[in-house]
Amino acid sequence: MSPEGYIGLGFALFAIGAYGVFTRKNILVVLMSVEIMLNAANLCLITFSRLLEDGAGGILVLVSITVAAAEVALGLAFVVVINSALKSLNIDLVRSLRG
Amino acid sequence: MPAESVFFYIFSTLALVGAAAVVLIPNTALAAVFLVLTLVSSAVLFAILDSHFMAIVQVLVYAGAIVVLFLFTVVFLNVKKSGLDFGPSHAAKKLTFLVPIAAAAGYFGWKLAPFAAPPVAGSGLDGGAAGVARLLLTEYVLAFEVTSILIVAAIIGTVAISRGRGG
Repeated sequence: MSPEGYIGLGFALFAIGAYGVFTRKNILVVLMSVEIMLNAANLCLITFSRLLEDGAGGILVLVSITVAAAEVALGLAFVVVINSALKSLNIDLVRSLRG
Repeated sequence: MPAESVFFYIFSTLALVGAAAVVLIPNTALAAVFLVLTLVSSAVLFAILDSHFMAIVQVLVYAGAIVVLFLFTVVFLNVKKSGLDFGPSHAAKKLTFLVPIAAAAGYFGWKLAPFAAPPVAGSGLDGGAAGVARLLLTEYVLAFEVTSILIVAAIIGTVAISRGRGG
């Protein structure tokens, strides 16, 4: 197994996710793009875990998946609150924290 | 060509197609379905990399729970009615050409780095449930406990947010 392909795939998935976060205005799709980015990081962790034959990478991925689950639960609660307050999911309308 | 390479090419292509579809498709419910494609393909890649337990967790938690939560929200908010097909914003559009360039630079920088050379022959990695549990409940038990605190905090936070101001 050569790791370049897996790391390259991780970079590509991260780039696609970052593109989605920067360009899309729908909050739900932005959250999904964040999930893609986290997943790319997990893929790189698993690859290095295999490369270095160290199981700690798997533990890190387990923690990362838990963080992702917590993030989605909170993020979707925010989405529901924002949708009932603004009657829209356009992320450009959420500007009350803008300086 | 070894079987591992064949599976790698098939499922990396599927993962990329799914991710691109999530980002590009205007229909939010369909985007969630393509997210499943990306996550399940990554789970297969995890299994190829000998992390079998992580592959199972990926399918159960990511492709199962998280995507169902997304789909539930899409249905709950009736996204189709609220007119969500926004185009990309202009300021962000100008910046995003940097993203693929940075990714390509990172990839080739990594490929040229000296530690990229040795391919792994045999694997001393125990990625099954037993191997993960042995590490998780001895050396990394602190991470395990912090994770459970994080979950409780997330539950309390979600309840507090969704109860609104009056609660």
